[in-house]
Amino acid sequence: MKALVWHATDDVRVERVPDPQILNPRDAIVKVTSTAICGSDLHLLDGFIPTMQAGDILGHEFMGEVMEVGSKNHKLRVGDRVVVPFTIACGQCFFCQRQLWSACDNSNPNAKMVEELYGYSGSGLFGYSHMMGGYAGGQAQYVRVPFADVGPMKVPDSLSDEQVLFLSDIFPTGYMAAENCDIQPGDTVAVWGCGPVGQFAIASALLLGAEQVIAIDSVPERLRMAARHRGVVTIDFQNEDVFDRLKQLTAGRGPDACIEAVGLEAHGATLDAYYDRVKTAIYMATDRPTALRQAIHACRKGGVVSIPGVYGGFLDKMPFGAAFGKGLTFKMGQTHVMKYLRPLLQRIEHGDIDPSFVITHRLPLDEAPAAYRLFRDNKDECVKVVLKPH
Amino acid sequence: MASTNQDRGAERWAPALGGAALVVGAGLLWQATRGRPRGRSVGPQSTVVEEAVAIERPAAELYGFWRDLQRLPSVIPQLRSVEVLDDRRSRWIAEGPHSYRVEWIAEIINDIPNELIAWRTIQQSDVASAGYVQFKPAIGGRGTHVRASFRCEVPGGAAGSAVAWAFGDQPAQAIREGLRRFKQLMETGEIATTAGQPRGAQ
Repeated sequence: MKALVWHATDDVRVERVPDPQILNPRDAIVKVTSTAICGSDLHLLDGFIPTMQAGDILGHEFMGEVMEVGSKNHKLRVGDRVVVPFTIACGQCFFCQRQLWSACDNSNPNAKMVEELYGYSGSGLFGYSHMMGGYAGGQAQYVRVPFADVGPMKVPDSLSDEQVLFLSDIFPTGYMAAENCDIQPGDTVAVWGCGPVGQFAIASALLLGAEQVIAIDSVPERLRMAARHRGVVTIDFQNEDVFDRLKQLTAGRGPDACIEAVGLEAHGATLDAYYDRVKTAIYMATDRPTALRQAIHACRKGGVVSIPGVYGGFLDKMPFGAAFGKGLTFKMGQTHVMKYLRPLLQRIEHGDIDPSFVITHRLPLDEAPAAYRLFRDNKDECVKVVLKPH
Repeated sequence: MASTNQDRGAERWAPALGGAALVVGAGLLWQATRGRPRGRSVGPQSTVVEEAVAIERPAAELYGFWRDLQRLPSVIPQLRSVEVLDDRRSRWIAEGPHSYRVEWIAEIINDIPNELIAWRTIQQSDVASAGYVQFKPAIGGRGTHVRASFRCEVPGGAAGSAVAWAFGDQPAQAIREGLRRFKQLMETGEIATTAGQPRGAQ
C-alpha cells in the first residue's frame, strides 16, 4: 500500500510499504477513505517531538471502511463505515471506566518511555512517536486499529466523510477545550490560535452558550473564518495589544475563560517570543509557550485556562505568580475522544454544526508532503487539508 | 506501578540531614525520579526486587492465572517454558540471546488460594531464587493490588551471564514489565503490540 512516511525533520515522503495485518484478537483493518493533516503533525515535521524513527507512518485523523476484524472483535463487521479516534483505549482499565480514555493504562506498548518523562503513561496514539506507542498511522491506504471494539464509531451513510472525519480528533478536541471552561450565561471566552482546533473551540464555546468569543491570531484568513460565526470578535496580535483589547471587550474584568489552542510552537510579536525562539533553537528549552503566558496574564480572577494545544517537555518563564495570585483553574490534556463521539455526531445530525467548514484543501495522498509544507507555512490560505488515499 | 524497597526510605530522609547528606540525598532523589535501577544489591551477586500493580479484575481470577504456572511465559517473555512436575514442583527454563539457557526447579512453599503464592528454587538449580506474589482486593471496588517480591542469587560463570542476558541489568524493570503485561492480558485479553506492523524504508 501507499503511506506517508517520516524520515527526518522536514522530510516526509509517500512510499510503498507492506499492507497492515491483524496482530491482536480485538484489532480491525480499515481501508482509509479520508484522512487529514493535524496541526500536531506539524510538530513532527518540525522535529519537536522526541522518539520518532525513520520509517514511521504518520496520521491520526482518519476514517474508512472495515476490511477485516480479529477473532475477538464482536462489535465491528466487514463493510462498516467508521470514524476512528486518535487515542487508542482498551475500555476496561481504571481510566477507561471513568471516561478518561486518553489516560488508558493498557494501550501503549512503550509505556515505560513515557513513565521516565512524565511519571505515568497515557494511552497509545496513532502515528505520533514511539514514546506514544509507535503505532503506524492512518495517512495511508490501510491501517490496523487496535482495540477496534472500543474506539471506532459507525457513522450513517446520510453524512459525508467531510462532515464526520473531524470526530476523530479536532472537533472533540475543540469541544473538550470549551467544555473545560465551564461556560456560564454571559461568559466571554478568549481563544488563542485560530487553526482547526481553535476554530472548533470557538464554535463549541458558542454551542455551549458563551455570550462573546474573542479569537486571537495573526493570519487574516483564519481570523476571517472565525469571524463567520455570530458573536465572535477578532484580535490580530501583530497589530493590536492583546491584553488591552481583551480588557476593553470585557469592561476591564478580563475573559472568564482562556483557551490556548496553539501549543509548543507558538509565534508571537513580543520580547518573550523572541527569547523562546532563541532558547529552543539552541536546545535550552523544548517548548515555546508565548500564547500560554499571555492567556494566564489576561485571564480574569478565578477564571479557567483551558489548554488543548500540545506540549511535550519543559516550559520556561511561566507567570505562575499571576496564576496563583488570581486563583486560576488549569484544564488540559489529550482529548478523551470516545466520550464525545456520540454527542457530537448527534450535533452534526441535528444540523447544529457542519464540521467541514474548516476544510480549505482536498488533495490525493500522493501530494501529502507538499500539503504538509503548505499547511505549516500558511501558504495558499491553508487551514485544513483532507487527503484521499484511494 | 509502585516500587517499594528500603533504598527509597533512605532517599526520603536524606534531604532532612543537611550539608553533605543533602547533596547525596539530592543525587539519590534524582536517580529515583530518573527511574534508575531499583533492585537492591544485598551482596555481591544478590538482588531483591519488589513491584506492585493495580489490576481491575477479582483476586481469584488473577491468582488462578498465576497458579497455572505454565501460562507465565505468555507474560514473561524471558521464560521459554514452565513445566509442572507435581503439586509443588515445576521446571523453569529461561533463554537469552545466543541460546544462553538457564534452568531451575521451583518449589511452592506457601499457597493460599486467591491470596498468595510463594516459592523458592531447590538446590540443584542454576540460580537460587525465592519470591512471592500477593493478591489483595483494593478498597472501593478498585480491583486487586498485586505485589511481586523476588530475590535472586546470581551465580558466576556462564549461568550468571545467561541470567544477566535474559533479565537485563535492571531486574526491577523486567519484573515491572512482566506485571504490566500480566495486567494488560487480564484486563483486556491481549498484550498491546506493534510487532509486525508496516513501516517505511529506514
